Amino acid sequence: MLKTLRTIAGIGIVTEPAPASDEMLWVRHSLQDEVLAILGRALCIRHVDAGSCNGCELEIHALNNPIYNIEGLGIRFVASPRHADMLLVTGPVSRHMETALRRTYDATPDPKIVVAVGDCGCMGGIFGENYASCGRVSNVIPVDIQIPGCPPSPRRLLQGIVTAIAKLPRDARVTE
Amino acid sequence: MTKWLSRAVPVRGSPGTGELVVNSTSWIDVAHDVSSGGGQLASLWTTSGDESGNHANVRAVFLINASVLIVTLPIVDDSLSYRGLETLFPSAVRMQRAAFDLTGIRSDAPDQRPWLRHAAWPAHWHPLKFPAMRSEIAAKSIDNYEFVRVEGDGVHEIPVGPVHAGIIEPGHFRFSIVGEKVLRLEERLGYVHKGIEHRFTELHLFEAHRLAARICGDSAVAFSWAYCQAAEGLTNVRVPQRGLYLRALALELERLQNHLGDLGALGNDAGFAFGLAQFSRIKEHLLRVINGALGQRYLFDWIVPGGTARDIDAASSNDLIAFAHEVASEVRHLRQIYEEHSGLRDRFSGAGRVEVQLASQLGLTGLAGRASGQSLDLRVDRPWPPYDQLAVTKCVRQEGDVAARVALRFDEVQETCVLIAKILRELPWGPVRVETPLPNVPGFAVGLIEGWRGPVLIALQNGGEGKISRCHAHDPSWHNWPVLEHAIIDNIVPDFPLINKSFNLAYSGHDL
Repeated sequence: MLKTLRTIAGIGIVTEPAPASDEMLWVRHSLQDEVLAILGRALCIRHVDAGSCNGCELEIHALNNPIYNIEGLGIRFVASPRHADMLLVTGPVSRHMETALRRTYDATPDPKIVVAVGDCGCMGGIFGENYASCGRVSNVIPVDIQIPGCPPSPRRLLQGIVTAIAKLPRDARVTE
Repeated sequence: MTKWLSRAVPVRGSPGTGELVVNSTSWIDVAHDVSSGGGQLASLWTTSGDESGNHANVRAVFLINASVLIVTLPIVDDSLSYRGLETLFPSAVRMQRAAFDLTGIRSDAPDQRPWLRHAAWPAHWHPLKFPAMRSEIAAKSIDNYEFVRVEGDGVHEIPVGPVHAGIIEPGHFRFSIVGEKVLRLEERLGYVHKGIEHRFTELHLFEAHRLAARICGDSAVAFSWAYCQAAEGLTNVRVPQRGLYLRALALELERLQNHLGDLGALGNDAGFAFGLAQFSRIKEHLLRVINGALGQRYLFDWIVPGGTARDIDAASSNDLIAFAHEVASEVRHLRQIYEEHSGLRDRFSGAGRVEVQLASQLGLTGLAGRASGQSLDLRVDRPWPPYDQLAVTKCVRQEGDVAARVALRFDEVQETCVLIAKILRELPWGPVRVETPLPNVPGFAVGLIEGWRGPVLIALQNGGEGKISRCHAHDPSWHNWPVLEHAIIDNIVPDFPLINKSFNLAYSGHDL
């Protein structure tokens, strides 16, 4: 136990300070306020792998590491679409995941935002459309934001998510 | 077994690999001899006949010590069926079911349920059949899969997936339980089937390595290397030494990335969030150092036909050596913390145990196999260049539980860090890539690479003018998924995420 605590104290906080670009500086300072103003609580994301090669998942995982520390920004991943404000969808949508994706979309309460991730999610990628693949996410459900890349870096993912937050309607806040 | 090996015809460009064309009697005889001689089934697939008059066939690849034996059974009659190998090699069942879904060539095994086909296309339609059938899309969106029912007092089922609660790939697990205890787990995969083997036939021979890298993102280097090895086998190209070393560097970096990720996630799944924070921090730093040195965080497009996409400069090489040293020392420190943590010990020890004998019977392979006494590591047992010059030390454990799979990852992290430094220190001078001429005749070659998860295989058949007539990709998860169903028996449901993670098997790499 002592060793664990010493390690924690020794390493300290590794979360990075505001990124260099001005736009991102603005984002870092105002993001939590923005999310609070719109939602009154953390932004909840439900990730759906609709047919990805799992490359995008590796980078989405990285958002949770202490360096990007996405929870520190007021954004968290949730286990059910019923708790989500945003769907983060990867992959070309395989035909075998088409129904599951539609159902996940339907289970997400309105207003909701759909972010398509990766070259495959945005354009179908190298897999394209065939007997087993529906191609891009927008071929199956409405998409608001696209984050291309193969895979997109965690920084690009954050920027995309931040851009999507700005798109959330101002009346999204749940009234008690 | 030696008699079969001596009759085999060497496969061009794949040293230590022989092909044997058999009739239906010797098909079973060979498999029987391999099985009783302790050999393994590496992969099994079928190919439709083609326009040049080649017969449909079924192929099995066996690993026998340091040799690879490819057994081809041409299917000359119209029955389009063959004797299944499932009684000799249990992992063959799902491969045979998948082969039927894709080509319509059927084994005589009792289990004839579809495997990769759900409801996206009808049962009589086969995407890889020749002549190509007009594409048909089924009207029904959901099918009714026949899970095996467990009957009895107090038995109930928990269906999980395909959309899971975490950031992971889709698959369905059907648990039959009493109280908290798991009586039976049945997996259903195929959700991320996206027609990869069909897509290969639409790509150029020297551009399809990009698709190979995207068969399974976490094994991008292993698959793209296996693909390039096969493609280079068809053209008899010799990759320059420096290119080979840089490929091995990428493969070891991929192993390190995945082991670091898994070690963190395993701590987290046992309730030790500290582990996830520390290991994901080290992994992120590693990815940044790799990005600085090689220009990509994940090395999807590092390996190309003829060599590697880029070279590495001396400064970056020194950075990587220094960082590998740092990772090794940090992980040694974290290992002590993991080992002294009573909560982790309690969750890891004895959970999801696969005994050595069961592992050997079911054909458990790769990393999970080595944690259950199955000592195969192609880098050591069948070292392909440059591993023949690297003298890798094999890590093996006997206990077969989650603790053993964790310990094995800790062992391999140390070995891999040593290898990374060694590869970079001994990096030969010269070009990293040579031009690859197009093969002028149709041929067949295989690539076989020990990825972080286990042996990854690509079998490649080219047509004329850079066309691919068939490309079969095989991930070790095909062997290990069925063993996971055994590993969970008698464990409690809440331990499943932990046990599952300790195997960390591929969905996309399996579903194709």
